Amino acid sequence: MNAMHNGSHLARRVITALVSALLLASLGHASGPKTPPATHAGWLRECGSCHVAYPPRLLPAASWGAIMDRLGDHFGTDASIDEPAAAAIRAFLQANAGRDRETRGAPVLQITKTRWFLHEHDQVSQAAWRSPQVASPANCGACHRGAANGRFDEHDVRVPGN
Amino acid sequence: MSIRIARALAPIVLLASASAVFAATPADIARTYGDEARQASPQFKGFSPERGKAFFQSTHGGDWSCSSCHTANPLAPGRHAKTGKTIAPLAPAADAERFTSLAQAEKWFRRNCNDVLSRACTPQEKGDVLAYLLELR
Repeated sequence: MNAMHNGSHLARRVITALVSALLLASLGHASGPKTPPATHAGWLRECGSCHVAYPPRLLPAASWGAIMDRLGDHFGTDASIDEPAAAAIRAFLQANAGRDRETRGAPVLQITKTRWFLHEHDQVSQAAWRSPQVASPANCGACHRGAANGRFDEHDVRVPGN
Repeated sequence: MSIRIARALAPIVLLASASAVFAATPADIARTYGDEARQASPQFKGFSPERGKAFFQSTHGGDWSCSSCHTANPLAPGRHAKTGKTIAPLAPAADAERFTSLAQAEKWFRRNCNDVLSRACTPQEKGDVLAYLLELR
């Protein structure tokens, strides 16, 4: 009985280890240097002129659609672009979009408002958010030194003042 | 054979002439705005760097001016007022890529005039700003 108990305990630990290894491997696959992040010249040029060209995987397809629908009033600024370029960028964003992690309701329009983002950044202090080098949570590159190249690995983060 | 060569070369020739249409110098763009300003008003008397500078630094009754992002010194890099992203200097003397495409210049005037003035800029205003930026060394 005891041996059986130990056996099932061992099996559970092996399974947990395997699942963790798989999870780590898949995470490494998503953000590691082996798979270059999806890229597109028009997206880099147009989206990257006022902010980091946010990787399409950070929002679901419905969110990108809603954002591209109202570029004339893009969070308080006019970010309109001509139609052929806009259509190509929309297609790129939607083809490489992340999965929809929010449960219901209207599409989230800001990466910084997703539950995923809030969870990932819950250890960042208010002082760091307010530091002049950061200025805005949209300023990924202030801490994520690889942001301009689509890299957001945790080991590449330097929070100003820390 | 020669037809085949001509066919092969046609896309290259087309591409070269198309890029010639889009490539411009800041002086070309200033000339275009001059033509438009003359058409808009027979009283047009040329562009003024001083007027351009005042226009560039004014908030025009709103929250932002051109300087909010491009700073009061367009020879230096700017910083986006909302996102904090570094913006390359706007003056052609500091960044040779500035004002080398009419389409680009028009895109940014359209967006930024809308942000700062809540309307489109006139050819006179755009030409004044460009005259100011071209004067900076």
